[in-house]
Amino acid sequence: MKTLLIATTALAGVASAALAEGEVNVVSWGGAYEVSQVEAYNKPFTAETGITVNMIAADNPATPLKAQVEANNITGDVFDVEVSDAIRLCDEGALVEIDPAMLPAAPDGTPAAEDFIDGALLDCAVANIFWGTVIAFDTTKFEGDAPATAADFFDLEKFPGKRGLPKNPKRTLYLALIADGVAADEIYDVLSTEEGVQRAFAKLDTIKGDTVWWEAGAQPVQLLADGEVTMATGYNGRFFDAMVAEGKPFEIIWDGQYMDLDMFVIPKDSPNPEGAMEYLKYATDTQRLADQAKYIAYGPARKSSAALVGMYQDGTTEMAPHMPTNPDYLTTAVMDDPEFWADHDAELSEQFNAWLAS
Amino acid sequence: MAQALDPHAAIVTAAGGVDDGPLTTADGQPLGRALRRSQRRAKRRAFLLVLPLLAFVVITFVVPIAQMLQRSFYNDGFSANMPEISAWFAENPHGTEPDEAAWAALANDLVASAEARSIGVVGTRINYDVPGTRSQFTSTGRKVRDGIEPPYREALLEIDEDWADPQLWGAMREASTPFTTNFYLASLDRTRADDGSVVMVRESQQVYVMLFQRTLWLSLLITAMTFLLGFPIAHLLATLPMRKSNLLMILVLLPFWTSLLVRTTSWIVLLQQQGVVNDLLVWMGVIGGSERLQMIYNQTGSIIAMTHILLPFMILPLYSVMRTINPSYVRAARSLGATSWTTFRRIYFPQTLPGLGAGALLVFILAVGYYITPALVGGASGQLISNMIAMHMTDTLNWSMAAALAALLLAGVLILYWLYDRIVGIDNLKLG
Repeated sequence: MKTLLIATTALAGVASAALAEGEVNVVSWGGAYEVSQVEAYNKPFTAETGITVNMIAADNPATPLKAQVEANNITGDVFDVEVSDAIRLCDEGALVEIDPAMLPAAPDGTPAAEDFIDGALLDCAVANIFWGTVIAFDTTKFEGDAPATAADFFDLEKFPGKRGLPKNPKRTLYLALIADGVAADEIYDVLSTEEGVQRAFAKLDTIKGDTVWWEAGAQPVQLLADGEVTMATGYNGRFFDAMVAEGKPFEIIWDGQYMDLDMFVIPKDSPNPEGAMEYLKYATDTQRLADQAKYIAYGPARKSSAALVGMYQDGTTEMAPHMPTNPDYLTTAVMDDPEFWADHDAELSEQFNAWLAS
Repeated sequence: MAQALDPHAAIVTAAGGVDDGPLTTADGQPLGRALRRSQRRAKRRAFLLVLPLLAFVVITFVVPIAQMLQRSFYNDGFSANMPEISAWFAENPHGTEPDEAAWAALANDLVASAEARSIGVVGTRINYDVPGTRSQFTSTGRKVRDGIEPPYREALLEIDEDWADPQLWGAMREASTPFTTNFYLASLDRTRADDGSVVMVRESQQVYVMLFQRTLWLSLLITAMTFLLGFPIAHLLATLPMRKSNLLMILVLLPFWTSLLVRTTSWIVLLQQQGVVNDLLVWMGVIGGSERLQMIYNQTGSIIAMTHILLPFMILPLYSVMRTINPSYVRAARSLGATSWTTFRRIYFPQTLPGLGAGALLVFILAVGYYITPALVGGASGQLISNMIAMHMTDTLNWSMAAALAALLLAGVLILYWLYDRIVGIDNLKLG
């Protein structure tokens, strides 16, 4: 089997061997997020080092990374993955370990190990942004009181209309628990018990008949714009884009947001390991992370970048109130627990799908 | 040679003036061997001509499918990285209490695996069978990376008392050989109890059998719908004068050439609650403004969109067969006194069966594996088994599970194909 595996990938191998020395292949998520990385990282990086950066878009870069590792034929140099996948792949020995001492220090000399926000540096991964899953609503649909809390999301009488929720357990169960009165820092204690999971499903049951389930990040924005739903949860950068760049009448509820990190990882045996490391160091320095906020409303993973975050690229919108890392929003925010999801994702996904289908 | 039975042989012998012996060619080779050689050369040349295609099919089709199927029953994530404890399981029969030797083997393997950074693979494999254990392996691995002191049982239990869990030991025994049936069991909503017997999983987790049934039922329904809608259209296409039928044909082919994604999203625009169809119904006063119909993000949405998208696959084979049916048969039946219904039932319809068989098989097999459309318009109740396969491929990264589900789906389609062959006969299939 092994030889066949090699044979099947030999063709692709020829292609990768043809890559020039001065190229780095970065696999990321596409869309507005990719644009922000091209503008903030790639263009100045190429201008400074002469190394070309090829952006490759994937639905979830962890999937091609796993496929390339399995096939023993790595074509990407840097992958932008979620934390749980970074931890999982690191434990499986697929990634290069990254020493924080190699990363550039903050402008005031604070070493990188202290400058990155807690959880943003792992054995094999360096975070670049924080992003939030937040509730947004259509302001034209509610006269009088506007919804303001996670509990309002589940209140169909006071705030009528359909709801948009992602079709996965990770970003729905926690919201049900928050709305049911569980404190943000107790979410995972509750979720690790059978009764806690049932409690979350029971709360979701109350809006199940009025929920439209979405799978891709662009869908909740579209559902709101079409008037198909009056409230939806989605990625804060996408809602920001619709509100500011397209002028849609949406508003974000900064209560019970789910905080995630996106991380850069380098697979072992990548075609250009030195170039990959150069790119990773460059892209996660203080200035570059702050620059990225000019193009998308995701929070930089370095403390020192926050002060440098200024205006949106239109030059009139202050970015700080739109950042998921804004201290005002963090009091009710739920931090992603990658270990919990690495353990329970499959189990809860099955339970979630069984619940959906019942 | 005086009594040669074969007159030709006699002539050759006589003409050549040769004595008894095998027939030969001009250069003295036995005729049979020369013939075989030249045929072999022709065969080799023919084989060389198809070789590129054969290699292409094997490399891009047969091998990947075989590899994928292999994953469904072969997973050496545990056995390859935990050799000592795997050996202990092999020596000690089922039901043996783990002794100190077993704990020592486990501890040694954990240390070695943590150093080799393969502990994540090991934990992930066990986590498939016992959810919640992946982090137990990785966190223990981090703690023992620098070594561990005997007695090993106490040492490991001190790190995490869950190491004594009999369910965990049962799962490790299961995983100690790379060959496993667990992924197939899980695909059928079954699991192994601590003693190794097969039981149903908790009711709150039973999803796959129901989804297989739904996929089968929806695919049959969609096949029937495409038949009901496609048959009259195919008949029109086959019987209308050329100018009109060409126009109609374009109407059939234009959506067929349009991207699947475009067609699916246009159904969203049409069918959603604030969509074109609902707006029209409200404007006409059929329904009130507050009682708009929910026609999408549920099973109805899946059925409507998939029926539309798969319709050409039914119409085209039917049309090509109907074109060849001689209209004089129908006229003859009518002239002999048959009603139009009898004519249709006994003369016309039986002749369309080869096209119907091909169309139904095409639509059904495509529907069983459909993914994008149910994912976009299916909502919660319109999901098919393919969406579950995609979830295991891209979200949980459990490819063994995806392979087992895909293998069962493939087996189901093959069984139906076999049944079709037995009942209708595959020779009656006609694609054009």
